[in-house]
Amino acid sequence: MGVAQEHEWITVDGNEAVASVAYRLNEVIAVYPITPASAMGELADDWSAHDRENIWGDVPDVIEMQSEGGAAGAVHGSLQAGALTTTFTASQGLLLMIPNMYKIAGELTPFVLHVAARTVATHALSIFCDHSDVMTCRETGFAILASGSVQEAQDFACIAQAATLAARIPFLHCFDGFRTSHEIQRIAALSDDEMHGMIDDALVRAHRGRALTPDQPVVRGTAQNPDVFFQAREASNPYYDACIDIVKDAMARFGTLTGRSYDLVEYVGDPEAERVIVMMGSGAEAAHETVDYLNGQGEKVGLLKLRLYRPFPVAALMAALPKTVRHLGVLDRTKEPGAVGEPLYLDVVAALAEAGQDVDWVAGKAPAVSGGRYGLSSKEFNPAMVKSVFGALADPASRRHFTVGINDDLTKLSLPVDASFRLPRSKVSTAMFYGLGADGTVGANKNSIKIITTETGAYGQGYFVYDSKKSGAATISHLRFGPTLIRSSYLIGEADFVACHQFGLLSRFDVLANAAEGATVLLNAAGSDVWDRLPHDMQATIIDKKMRLFVVDAAAIAEENGLGRRINTIMQTCFFGLTDIIPLDRAKAQIKLAIKKTYGRKSEDIVGRNFGAVDMAIDRMHEVAVPAKATSTVERPLPVPANASDFVQRVTGTMIAGKGDQLPVSVFAADGTWPVGTSKFEKRNIAAEIPVWDEAICIQCNKCAMVCPHAAIRVKVVNDNDVSKAPETFKSTKYRGHEFDRGTYVLQVAPEDCTGCTLCYEVCPARDKTNPRHKALEMEPHGDLVAAERDNFAFFLDMPELERADVPLNNKQVQFLEPLFEFSGACSGCGETPYIKLMTQLFGDRMVIANATGCSSIYGGNLPTTPYTTNKDGHGPAWANSLFEDNAEFGLGMRLAVDHQARMAERLLKSMGGDVGEVLAQSILTADQSNEAGLHEQRQRIVSLHEQLAKLKTDDARRLEALSDYLLRKSVWIVGGDGWAYDIGYGGVDHVLGMGRDVNILVLDTEVYSNTGGQQSKATPLGAAAKFAMAGRSRGKKDLGLEAMAHEQVYVARIAMGAKDAHTVRAFLEAESYPGPSLIIAYSPCIAHGYDLAHGLTQQKLAVDVGHWPLYRYDPRRIDTGEHPFQLDSAQPRKPLSAFTSQEARFRIVAHQQPDRYAELLAAAEAANKRRFEFYQYLAGYHSTVQQEPAELPEAAD
Amino acid sequence: MDLRTRYLGLDLPHPFMPGASVMSQDVDKLRQLEDAGAAAVVLHSLFEEEILQENHSTLHHMQTHGEAYGEALSYFPEPEAMAFGPTHYLRHLEKVKAALSIPVLASLNCATDAGWRSFGQQAQEAGADGLELNFYFIPVELDASGTGIEKRLADIVADVKSHVSVPVAVKLSPFFSSMGEVARALDEAGADGLVLFNRFYQPDIDLEERSIVPALNLSSSAELPLRLAWTGLLAGRVDASLAITGGVHTVADAVKAVMVGANAVQMVSALLAQGPAHLEGIQREVAAWLEAHEYDSLTQLQGSMSYMRCPDPSAYTRANYMRAIHSWRE
Repeated sequence: MGVAQEHEWITVDGNEAVASVAYRLNEVIAVYPITPASAMGELADDWSAHDRENIWGDVPDVIEMQSEGGAAGAVHGSLQAGALTTTFTASQGLLLMIPNMYKIAGELTPFVLHVAARTVATHALSIFCDHSDVMTCRETGFAILASGSVQEAQDFACIAQAATLAARIPFLHCFDGFRTSHEIQRIAALSDDEMHGMIDDALVRAHRGRALTPDQPVVRGTAQNPDVFFQAREASNPYYDACIDIVKDAMARFGTLTGRSYDLVEYVGDPEAERVIVMMGSGAEAAHETVDYLNGQGEKVGLLKLRLYRPFPVAALMAALPKTVRHLGVLDRTKEPGAVGEPLYLDVVAALAEAGQDVDWVAGKAPAVSGGRYGLSSKEFNPAMVKSVFGALADPASRRHFTVGINDDLTKLSLPVDASFRLPRSKVSTAMFYGLGADGTVGANKNSIKIITTETGAYGQGYFVYDSKKSGAATISHLRFGPTLIRSSYLIGEADFVACHQFGLLSRFDVLANAAEGATVLLNAAGSDVWDRLPHDMQATIIDKKMRLFVVDAAAIAEENGLGRRINTIMQTCFFGLTDIIPLDRAKAQIKLAIKKTYGRKSEDIVGRNFGAVDMAIDRMHEVAVPAKATSTVERPLPVPANASDFVQRVTGTMIAGKGDQLPVSVFAADGTWPVGTSKFEKRNIAAEIPVWDEAICIQCNKCAMVCPHAAIRVKVVNDNDVSKAPETFKSTKYRGHEFDRGTYVLQVAPEDCTGCTLCYEVCPARDKTNPRHKALEMEPHGDLVAAERDNFAFFLDMPELERADVPLNNKQVQFLEPLFEFSGACSGCGETPYIKLMTQLFGDRMVIANATGCSSIYGGNLPTTPYTTNKDGHGPAWANSLFEDNAEFGLGMRLAVDHQARMAERLLKSMGGDVGEVLAQSILTADQSNEAGLHEQRQRIVSLHEQLAKLKTDDARRLEALSDYLLRKSVWIVGGDGWAYDIGYGGVDHVLGMGRDVNILVLDTEVYSNTGGQQSKATPLGAAAKFAMAGRSRGKKDLGLEAMAHEQVYVARIAMGAKDAHTVRAFLEAESYPGPSLIIAYSPCIAHGYDLAHGLTQQKLAVDVGHWPLYRYDPRRIDTGEHPFQLDSAQPRKPLSAFTSQEARFRIVAHQQPDRYAELLAAAEAANKRRFEFYQYLAGYHSTVQQEPAELPEAAD
Repeated sequence: MDLRTRYLGLDLPHPFMPGASVMSQDVDKLRQLEDAGAAAVVLHSLFEEEILQENHSTLHHMQTHGEAYGEALSYFPEPEAMAFGPTHYLRHLEKVKAALSIPVLASLNCATDAGWRSFGQQAQEAGADGLELNFYFIPVELDASGTGIEKRLADIVADVKSHVSVPVAVKLSPFFSSMGEVARALDEAGADGLVLFNRFYQPDIDLEERSIVPALNLSSSAELPLRLAWTGLLAGRVDASLAITGGVHTVADAVKAVMVGANAVQMVSALLAQGPAHLEGIQREVAAWLEAHEYDSLTQLQGSMSYMRCPDPSAYTRANYMRAIHSWRE
């Protein structure tokens, strides 16, 4: 880095570093969001929207596609038509691009595809890093270039572009997802001039010269036959032969231009090393540090960092490898089950074999080669593990194939790791911060890194660990600073400084687990008794490790300055006050500068408030005297209750405690199967306030239970004597209805599962007559209530449920059905989950769910705990997530299997009727299963059938035993968001709707990609801002319902629970009862709409009232009975659209950017809404004159 | 007929103009009012609190869920520049200025000292020919001192005056213990005009919903006498020019307003109900009235029935009140 001072230094994450280069070196960018690559596309779109130019002075075109397959197609077309084109992706997205990748490579097209490497879903989905996605592309013909750090990711993005133009072979440039894509580092920026130096304009012209143009027409993409295909395929060989040297040359030129030298293969370590590790990606940086250390300890070890993986540089690898090596360990960050070894291992073995006798090995023979897997799904890979690998290489008895970083007690493949091993403390400062998402901790830390690196010229690194839950999400920040390049691509093991920005997190995390001896600890806490309130083990650690403890009541300062929960700038100032990294005054000035930069053009008032908070912070911070002995009686609660099952105790509990890394292989099911109903064991206690019921004024409307997104408020009707042994504070009242032979009504909150969203309070219509400010539900502090309400809730759960058959299925009483979806990790106030909960109340005991990837698959299936659960009989929804794009087909497949097995069971039953009893057989085969009573009776009959079958010894009896449960009608649900249904999965949705099978599709329409962070979908309304539609979407929302109705024989409903809950319940019942495909489009408020979701119900009502979301039901059954099939269930727009849009930031962002344009968009949207309503009115008046008796159309003849 | 008047130091062809209202949000509507002969226009009020609240709410909801969950570090695009604050109002003001040739007065309702000053300056920079400071304030706290409120009012006026060069009018509520003292204090603080009075939109009750709802009723001529009384009492006794707003609907109302000493007469409800052309009718008929009653000019009429000049000033005092009661009883 000798020319460092000549560069502009920037502090960015890997995604930004790569996107900046890719953007400036391309002309067309077609993308689709996917974690962890989404940010690259978003940044490109942002720059394009702000007219930022590429190095040739043009503004690239950025387009969001409907899927990665679509993006790859658009890229292919753009490349063929002569534009420099790029895209960004990861994981499943990369897999969807593969078909086009073969084409693009086969046509020798210069192109760089940037991949933030991420695990491909197998037994489970993972958003984290490994190389399984990249490795699937080995055969595509792409060159593969791997970078291992933020600096390299930026630099290799440019080298790849230069090389692809020269080689004509497309490049896949990969860097590790999260570890590199989301890690912040101080790097030397690449200037436009440097990039000009790398890119040969003649090659750009050559690329354009090959473009498809009618002025020089050619044809590509022909179909070839056995006579020529093979030879034509071999014709590209010279390009691959030349590619390696082209990359080497590009790296050399890059070195000359920038002072940063790279090679195809880089060797680090002792020139006479006997043990060498070969690897790619960020893990090599941890290995690099460890090799340096071990050699300093007198060992002879080395590391080969492979940069270019395809074409595989055999000669370069052999040249770089010391001839002294006796044992090579090749580490792969992927798993190829059934292969001799993982891909890199096989390549290295092959390279050594091909080098054969020509190498003059010091030992007289080629080195032994072992292959190891590490780091799957971002599993930590740290110096202790590197040391363990070198240890294994020194051991002649060690396995040829191993894993490192886990405890494989099943197949014994894992290497033992000395977890206590750490590299000696260097001059690097380390700091860890525990915060909540909502408090701005991560943002402040990112800013601190920029301040420190800019002010001191030091190197800095920031890595952020996020929660698996969307509500009450905790964040852990890992920051390092030092005078030399920081290669530590792993979490901090010993922190000099630890801050906990939320006192409540002390009961969830052992925040000092990674604190160094003598560390400084900072807490945001109120009161003078902070020390006494610390958990006992924390007190002990502080004393034992001689730490200093500081406290600041940041929440109070934030409150005083009108900053709400944003304590970030206060804690940030205290961090600088307690560390001597830079003088406090300079730090404060820089913090203020950042505040000014963030808010200056948006709100002087907020700038002032933050300045006030920054100025107060240090004066309000104080040191707590640390006594000689730990005296606290506070203990961190058990991760799961003591009465949980053994599996939950051993596995789930360990994961909740944050110790999942320690779980051995043997505890896991080999096929990804997990028990249901575990969310009830994860008591998160994240609500500040919970609802308190006043039974005296409650009108028993059950709306609170209906709208609760987390099933944390429930109702039952029980017998009077059921409450006789209730806990003292348990409340009940006389039931106002007369439907049941029970007379006591109880309403109970789950105090530890409530998120405090206040939707129940908002919806409660019951007010005290004398003091209408008081409602039947009031929000009151959690801490005062939790102990008593915990007991009350446990008592409530034990009280008997009503028989399902006894419960009228209307919007009120349906809440007496047990929800089989509870306590999910969805956002507080989520607009999707109330629909799912309702669905499980209605059909949960006999439903199968296919769930598209997205929010609903995350809160539905993200570990450690999952929300789908069972009733007392053990029945409940069976749930699976396949992919994002295939969910409709996945669900259809379930239907096919269910139907087929039901038919098999029916056939068997018919054939053996006499054996099991003709009456029983006939009653099963002809059962009316259209209502709960019929279903209940059928269940009873199936039990009887089992009893009969048990007496029989025939094969058919055994076969029918296995199939008999299918004689109960199953309900198949296909659930997903608008990104799936409108965009990536639309083809499948359309096909499934057209196939006539009895499936129910529930689209949770948030009108935006919610899970990946607010990108526009084709459900995004006209005038709303979203990523890729920053200035407001200029096209209207697609009418998915109308498209579905075009199939004619499809039930369609558009619902909004907050506007009309009775309509919602009715639509679910009708959809499920419809014997063909059904589609329910459910309006779902989302945090990406930009308002307090406590008002989600009001906004739903407004959405309907202004005509944004008309309610309707289209039921083809009504055609046959001579009725109007389309029923419009909401009134004409009766309020201006602005009454709805002005409440949501997604619209206001547009208004604040371009008020005139926004006015036009709003007027256009209003007109479109009116037109659509008119059209719906027309449909509602439609009455078919073609009457045809409902008939089974003849199937095709065999 | 010569209807000329002088208000806030501005020479106007006559005193009649639309007051602050929703009408001014539409440039076309303002053009119609100008075509109907409006002497000037007062734009709708710029509410600082509303702006701050919207500003905070938008930024808060854009960032509050960010940096919390690995798949979505943000949920909104981040435009470099979003025009919060009074920008929309100022741009509208600029447009109105460009579209009209009559004087345009900006109306401000701020919550902070800095807001009054800064919004006032910005409105001047955007081309306002004058400012109308709309003091609409409900002292909810039971310990809010009347003198404290009055002092703050005068201090704000003095502060704004020291930072702008365009004339400044102050729109007041009638609820002061001593309106005269307040008027004089504002006069001393440099107010160029007093606008009597703003109408409190007093809340109503929705009986079905059992909730407090805003009551947005148009004014009627019945509200005029209070304005006439205080304009008459102040006319000629303060330096500030005077405007009447609230309750001017008919020609008779307009003539009375001028008679008690109004330099300007603002109309809103009448124009909302009857359209911009009503303004033209008022001018024409006031001129006709003056002619019929053999006045040479409007100036002759102006203030002729004020406390200072009317034949029986005691009619403005308590005695008149007592008589009125008696006469009603009889």
